[in-house]
This record gives sequence, structure tokens and C-alpha cells, in this order.
Amino acid sequence: MDLTLQVWRQASRTADGKFVTYDAKGISPDASFLEMLDVVNEELTERGEQPIHFEHDCREGICGSCGMMINGVAHGPIGGTATCQLHMRHFKDGDNIRVEPWRARAFPIIKDLIVDRSPLDQIIQAGGYISVNTGSAIEANTLPIPKPVQEHAMDAAECIQCGACVAQCPNGAAQLFTSAKVSHLGLLPQGQPERYDRVIRMVEVMEEHFGSCTMYGECEAVCPKEISIDFIARMNRDYLAAKFKNRKEAGG
Amino acid sequence: MTLDSKIPPGPIDKKWEYAKAHYKLVNPANKRKYDVIVVGAGLAGAAAAASMAELGYNVHCFVYHDSPRRAHSIAAQGGINAAKNYQNDGDSIYRLFYDTVKGGDYRSRESNVYRLAELSVNIIDQAVAQGVPFAREYGGLLENRSFGGVQVSRTFYARGQTGQQLLLGAFQALERQIGLGRVKMYPRHEMLDVVLVDGQAKGIVTRNLVSGTITSYAADAVVLATGGYANVFYLSTNAKASNATAIWRAYRRGAYFANPCYTQIHPTCIPQSGDFQSKLTLMSESLRNDGRIWVPKVAGDARRPDQIPEAERDYYLERKYPSFGNLAPRDIASRGAKEVCDEGRGVGPGGRGVYLDFADAIKRLGRNVIEERYGNLFEMYADITAENPYEVPMRIYPAPHYTMGGLWVDYNLMSNIPGLYVGGEANFSDHGANRLGASALMQGLADGYFVLPVTIGDYLAGQLGKKVSADRPEFKQTQAEVEERIGKLVNAKGKRSVDSFHKALGNIMWERCGMARTAEGLKSAIADIRVLREQYWRDVRVLGTNEEPNQALEKAGRVADFFDLGELMCIDALQREESAGGHFRVEYQTAEGEAKRNDDDFLYVSAWQFKGDNAAPELHKEPLVYEEVKLATRSYK
Amino acid sequence: MMQLMTAAAPATRHVRASWIVEFYRSAIGKKAVMAITGAFLFGWIFLHMAGNLKVYTGAEHYNAYAQFLITMGAPLLPNKGALILVRTLLLIAVWFHIQAATQLTIMNRKARPVGYGERDFVAGTYAARTMRWGGVIILLFVIYHIGHLTFGKLHPDYIEGDVYHNFVTGFQVWWASAIYIIANLALGMHLYHGLWSMFNSLGLNHARFNAWKRAFATGFALVVTLANISFPIAVLTGFLH
Repeated sequence: MDLTLQVWRQASRTADGKFVTYDAKGISPDASFLEMLDVVNEELTERGEQPIHFEHDCREGICGSCGMMINGVAHGPIGGTATCQLHMRHFKDGDNIRVEPWRARAFPIIKDLIVDRSPLDQIIQAGGYISVNTGSAIEANTLPIPKPVQEHAMDAAECIQCGACVAQCPNGAAQLFTSAKVSHLGLLPQGQPERYDRVIRMVEVMEEHFGSCTMYGECEAVCPKEISIDFIARMNRDYLAAKFKNRKEAGG
Repeated sequence: MTLDSKIPPGPIDKKWEYAKAHYKLVNPANKRKYDVIVVGAGLAGAAAAASMAELGYNVHCFVYHDSPRRAHSIAAQGGINAAKNYQNDGDSIYRLFYDTVKGGDYRSRESNVYRLAELSVNIIDQAVAQGVPFAREYGGLLENRSFGGVQVSRTFYARGQTGQQLLLGAFQALERQIGLGRVKMYPRHEMLDVVLVDGQAKGIVTRNLVSGTITSYAADAVVLATGGYANVFYLSTNAKASNATAIWRAYRRGAYFANPCYTQIHPTCIPQSGDFQSKLTLMSESLRNDGRIWVPKVAGDARRPDQIPEAERDYYLERKYPSFGNLAPRDIASRGAKEVCDEGRGVGPGGRGVYLDFADAIKRLGRNVIEERYGNLFEMYADITAENPYEVPMRIYPAPHYTMGGLWVDYNLMSNIPGLYVGGEANFSDHGANRLGASALMQGLADGYFVLPVTIGDYLAGQLGKKVSADRPEFKQTQAEVEERIGKLVNAKGKRSVDSFHKALGNIMWERCGMARTAEGLKSAIADIRVLREQYWRDVRVLGTNEEPNQALEKAGRVADFFDLGELMCIDALQREESAGGHFRVEYQTAEGEAKRNDDDFLYVSAWQFKGDNAAPELHKEPLVYEEVKLATRSYK
Repeated sequence: MMQLMTAAAPATRHVRASWIVEFYRSAIGKKAVMAITGAFLFGWIFLHMAGNLKVYTGAEHYNAYAQFLITMGAPLLPNKGALILVRTLLLIAVWFHIQAATQLTIMNRKARPVGYGERDFVAGTYAARTMRWGGVIILLFVIYHIGHLTFGKLHPDYIEGDVYHNFVTGFQVWWASAIYIIANLALGMHLYHGLWSMFNSLGLNHARFNAWKRAFATGFALVVTLANISFPIAVLTGFLH
């Protein structure tokens, strides 16, 4: 199939960027979106133009490296899919496809479609963990966890930190990402001692960088792991509890 | 130089205890005076960096990703083994040890494997405490499954994303230490060389992948946890950026490279669908529990699978290995597929595929059960191939997946260069010639959490007051060499893209140093690689400059190292005149076509020493001594 | 030396102020305040709408109801005492609702200084996307409405105390009715999203009741909108005269 691409090209963080039109010819419908870009890049290299820079690694939809706005939607038109798992058979011959990087103040562009997502790591650094030094763990089966709780925690833990939620959110908010980690750890018994401190610390850092949640539901719709916005409500509840509870009495 | 593996004395189950009791210790007050560089933040690297920081060392962690959470450990699906014996099915540390040694086709170091089995139980405790949501029974206790051709259920898993969840545990521990200021993180930094001062590893040279700045960093010790090198084949299940540059640069500085020819080809991957293909996708081998593998009996049979009658199908694994059948170990299953495809009986585009058929299982168990067991895998397959595996048999083909070889390390995971430690897939130590399923996660975490943080103290204790600065001439010299090499790549101004060279190299490696190897093929491969490499340095096209984000330049450096490594793999494969695990030499097989080991002549680790660009590498042999396990022929008949 | 070995809890980043200031400073806190003030405003809107339905029972009843609102709370409260109290609370609620919304909007605009060349919505409803402009329309309408029917300054024939007369003559002006209809459609949309999302802002989330939240929001938004729109229509069609 033959396609026309309009791709955002920007040489560096400070350079001006613009959309540049490229033809992608003879693309196999079995190719992934990134493989389609590979083909375009080989042609660009042949022509002596620098290839389009985009972040990618595992190409199995799990590392969270890749991600771009495809026709105005993060990770493209198919829900529950990272860009690397989006196949060209979902497009039509002759389609015009616009490709743009994630845009948010917290995600400055590094080059072309590559952005800096380090504020997401900063949110984790603020409290997205359970404080347990190596060697001090208790025997694993001394702490039973009801299967539904473990499954629910796993639903949240699937987040791949790609940043699509931020990119798609009209407010540039990172609530889905943050709430997934808050919920993953806050649901488990191991996570209880730090539960309320954790949510306050993580939310503070989140709000330094990102917008607020208006419950559009856009994040959930583009999340490659289909993480539910119900986790956002859960984070709000934990945050309010953290502010209003007498934590010395309530424990945690 | 003789290879001292530093195996502690005593009975096998007391060696680790003995070692720990005799390591020199660093005074807690002094730990903050030591700087340790950790390169890579997959399971081994993140776990080591976090654990060493918890002990009080100053840790500097370098990754080429934007975040330490993206390392390719994340893609492991199946699970992690541990000798917990929660299922009361007779598992024990000894049995896990034994299975791993046997699975490795008796080419691993007993003492290391025993320690790995011992530590496996601590890993599960640690991971659970970190909040890794392993699958559970309805009673709330941990669930296990059987995996990878062993006869006990000892595999812990998290919804087909075990690697991701374990990595997140280690990542979170690492992020905590970063937040506390005890680990300094250097994301988007690629290590391009290791710096030796008086023969000891004292630092690294890196390129900042955003600005292109080349910088030297000094430390008291360096830990490499940079993963495996299966991308030498171009098409593999590894992530696109996975590369061998860190360990290869260390090799060129004198670290021995052990068993480079031991590569694992995983049998259940989705076949290639065209020239555009950039990588191969693995599906959990648990599929082989219910799927039956077959090809048409007659070559060139182009009928649709449902129109080929039962009598005209060849269920070749069931035919050749009646007792293990479709569950035969990875190396055997992979080779089987290659053989039938070589006979022209392969299916799908290009004839490079075999059927993995669930029709019988669906008839027997119902579609619901199959959906419950493999739903997400079927979905992934359908996404990629646009075929419905509930109705049409899956097509699978083997793909390079894991490399057992790596830098040579002693029992303490230190290479032959003092102060240079190597963990995880980057070292050679625990899997011998073939890795069993669900063992890679175990090894990465054992190295990272429990071995490296302890053993490194033994070395550091002797380094007090011997800190060097990155201003020393050794650093300047190494950095100059790095810069010169980058200059050569940028200035080659040739005509061919890096990828086209990489594909050509991959093709040579896959055809001649892949699942079946011959002396003749290996010799021609070595010659062809040399020609291609020479063309590469002359004709590679890297656009742009060093002083900007430049993905072509990143790839160019990695591929350049793959040429050299590919050559060494062939040299090692040529030298090893036997078949063992993932290394199958066509000349050395039994009458039935099974791998034929030669314990009399090849019961050793081959450790290669770099002797210069135009000189042959020198082979050192670490003899393997089996005191616990009796050498036997692996049989899965 | 022990400090080296044990992890101190990392300090949070801000200088601590009083907890309530801290709380309102955070976006989640502001959203909670918006939810609570929104719920209060909605409660009042609902009662306002329900009370106005009395207009269908005739001038006498309707005027009596208006008189009751003035004397409500007697003898404990003076004339209009309850009304003034409620109006004060409303003003406070409106203030915080708008202040929080404005500050959050500024925060959100800053979070994406450079927009997309093209963007598409995949889940966000029209109602969700128009909360801000809808809010502005409602605010302007409320000002007009107070000038129109509460104080009569914008009314063509205002008679203090005869609310039924003011009601009917006010809506007989077609463009005034049009303003009411348009504003109430905007209010309906605002409620459709606001009544649903306020539960989430307050963390009120429960797998079993989540589906009801949508039904609750849709139901009340519809009832309030239809009832309010019925008033000008009833006058324009001559049903009320």
C-alpha cells in the first residue's frame, strides 16, 4: 500500500519544528507502524536525509519506549495498542497519516518524535515503591493476598509508562499513570505502611509537572494496557484520606 | 594467565556460606567513600545498583534508555523458577540445581548453579515484599506452574508479564535510592569503553545520546549488566537496541569472552512475514503444553492446513521423542523445525514455519479452556498475523532469543580484570550450553540482589585510598580512542545504511552459526564477515553529526561490534568440535540425529582473549569439574 | 553512622502551610472543593427548579411560595433571613467553584503550552469538553437571571412581590426566553459531566455502583434541564399566561 505521511521534524529541543511530507510506498499491510517508518527511513538515508528519529525498543508493546500521535490520537486508531503493535492493515491504501510527538510542558521534544519523559520517573522516585531493603523480606507465603486483590493490583501494575495518557489528555495530566502506581502498591498489604505518605508525595511531584484531571476519559481510551480511570478515583480517595485521616490512629 | 574461578572450598551446599564468611568487609562508615559504576538497569543492573546503594555505596547507574524501567528484561513472559517446593511435589534446591545443570547440557559451573538455586527462594521473598503481584491461588497463597520441560511446578508468574513485574520491583527499589540521593542516574548515556588503570577497571567512557558529549567517569569498581548479544543475528526476539558494545569493549580491553557460540534459539516465535521485518516476537513456550506441532509429510504441499488429512501430516516431535513429544527442550524443538523446513516441508510465506495446532486441544477441552489458558497469546498472534488461531493453526518458527555466553567471570562474578564485575545475561556463568525456561529472570536477580552487592565488598575493601581521577592519562587516552572511532563512522560517508549491513551480517550468522553449524560453513562465515566488515568501515552511511541525537550513529557503533563478536562466535563454534545444548555441529551427532557431546575433549569453558585487531584471539580453557552431578547424555526420548 | 544505613523517609517538597491551605493548594484538593461546591449548587438548582414547578399550580400558589421563601425560618430568623443565608452560601460556593476552576484551567493550559497540529477525541464527551465555556455561559446567565427576575433591573415590567406576573411577562419576550433555553441546555450539559465526575473527584468509586453514577448524572441533568426549559416554552405557547 502507498501512504502519505506528514511527520513532525525538529532537529533539537530548541530548534523550530515543522511537518514534512513523505511518501511511504509499497508498504506491506503486515508491517507494524514502526516498520513502516523503518522503510521510510531507509529511503531517507539513501537520499541523504537524516532518518526520522523515534523512540522504540522491544517492539512487543511492553517496554513503553515508543509512542506518537497518529492522526491526532496517541498510539493511533486501534485501542489497547502501543505504536509498535499497530499494524498497517488498519490503514487504507492512499491514506494520509499525520505523525506528531507527545506534547506536554513536562515532555520537551529531544528530536523529531522523541520526547523527554523523565518527570514520570520523578513521580516514582517520590514514593512509587515499597521500602524494603534487599535481604529484609519476610517469607513470601506468610502474607496471603486474596486473589481478586492481587488481580486488581496487577491490572494497575501493567502500566508501561509510555506517557500516552499524558499525551492524549487535553489537560496534559498524568493522573492515570500516577494512580496506576498508587493503586498497584496501595492495594497490596505490603504497601499499607507507606500508603498515605506515598500518595501525598507522588501527587505533589505529579502536580509540579502536569495538569489536573477533568475526567475526560481520553487516557483510558488510548492506554495500551487499558488501565481504568477508576484508579484515578481511587487515588483521589487515598489522597483525601491522607489529608483528613489521623494516620497515627488509622495506621498507615 | 591462568583462569582462577575462585570456587570456595567445602561441600557444594556450604560453598556460598563459606564464601560469605570469608569475604573481606567494608566498614559501614567507609562505604560512602566508594563509587561504583553500574552499566545497565535490567534485572541484574537495577537490582545490583539498588542493593549496593542500600548498603551505603555511592552508585552511578548508566542506561541508554530514557528510563531504567525499559531494559529488555521487561519482555520476559513465562516466569521465574524458585525451589520453594510450595507444591510439595518433591522440589528442592538440589533438584533445581540438578535440572539447571542437566538443561545446560553439562557445560556450566556447578558451584555457581548451586548458589543460583539456593538464592532462588530469596528472590521470591524479595519480589513479593516489593509488591510484585505474582499469580495466587484462591486461598491467597502463591501459585506455581510447570514450565520448560521440568517435572515439578516451581515457576512463579505474573500474567505473562513476569519480566515486567520483576523489573518494576527492581526499578522501584532503584528509583527509591535515586530519590534518596544514593544512586545517581545517567539515562540516555551509552557506555562506549571501560578504562583500566594499572590493570584494574576504574571507570568508563560514555556518550550522552542527546548532546553527543563524550565523558569519562571514574569509580572504584565497574559492574556491567548489559544483557545479551542475540541481536548479532539482526532478527531476534531481543529489543532493537540490545547490543554487545559494553561487553565487547571490555573484551577488547582484556576481559575474556566465554562460550560465545552458546546461543539459544527459541522454538515458538511468530515467523517472519517479509523483508521489512525488524524483529521477531516470541510467544510463551507454554503453548506447547496443548498445541501439537506438525508439517505436511510431502514437501511443497500447498494445501490449506484444514485440507491436509491426518494421515498426510507429520507430527515430527511426537514421532521422534515419544515421551516428551511437543515438550522437548528448546534446542531440540528448534532444530526439529529447521530440519523439516530445510526438507521443503515448511509452511507459510517462504516456507519458514511449522504449524502449532490447537484443534485437538479445543476439541478435547473446549474453546473456553484454551481461551483461559492462552487468550492473551492468541490475541497477540492474531494482532500480528491477522489470522485467527482458534480456527487456523498457528505458524511458528525458531528465533534467536538468549545468549548463554558472555564475559568470563569467577565465582564472585568478577571478570579476569580486577574490579570489573559482570552480572545477568552479560556473563556466561550459570546456563552452560542451554538455558532452561524461567531461569533467566532468576539468574539476573540472584546476581543483582544477592551476589554482586556482597562479592564487590571483597574487592573494594582492598581499594581504600586508591581512588583515581578521570583526569588521568588512561582516561584521556581511552576517551580519545572512543572519539576517533566515532569520527570514523561519521566520516565514512559511504552509501549503505547501517541496517542493510546488519541484515547481511545477521543472514550470515543465522545461516551458518545458527541452529546447525558445520566446520565448512563456519569457515566461510568467518571469511564473509571479514569482507563485510571491511566494506562496512568503508561504505557505511551515517548521516548527521556526533553532536546531536543520532540514532544511526548509535546503531553504527553497535553493529561494528557485532561484526567482531560474530566472528568470535564462529571461531568458538569452529573450535568446539562437539554438539552441546544450543551449539549443534552437524558433524557431531548420533545416528538418530541427536547432539553428541564430547566430554573427554570439551569439558571446559572456552574463554577468549583479545590479541589485537589483526591477530587471532587466544583460547584459555577453564576445566569444568563435576563433583555432584554425574555426566550423562541428555535424553528426552 | 546509623543514618547512613537506614533510609529516612524522604521529605516532601513544599514548605508546610496549614493543612487546609495545603489541601486547597493541590489540584486534587481543588477538584474536591469543586465537587463539594458543585454538589451544593446542584442541590440548590434542583430545589429552585422544584419550587418553580409550582408556577403550574397557578398565580396564587406560586406567589405564596415566594412569600414563604421570604418568611422561611420565622420566627427564629428575621424576614429574608434564611434567603440571605442561603444566598451568602451560594455566593461562597460559586466563588470557590469558579476560583478553583480558573486556577485549574490555568494549570492545565500551562501543562501543554504547544498544542497539536491535529488532535482527535476518542472518549471525551462533548459535555466534558465544554465544561469551561459552559461554566462561563452559566455564570453570565446567572447574572442576567438575577437582574431579570430577582431584582427586576433587566425586566420590562417588574412588580415587586408579584413573581407570577414577573415570570409570565418576562418570558413573553421571545429573546429572553431564548436566553433561558440556551443557558439551560448549557447547564444540562454541565450537570451531565459534573454530576458524574464529582464522584470521582471525591474518590467515591465502587465497582458495584459505578454504573449508577452515570445514570444519576444523566437522570438529574435531564430532569433539571427539561423542567427549566418548560417554563419559557409554557409561556411562549400561551399555556401559562
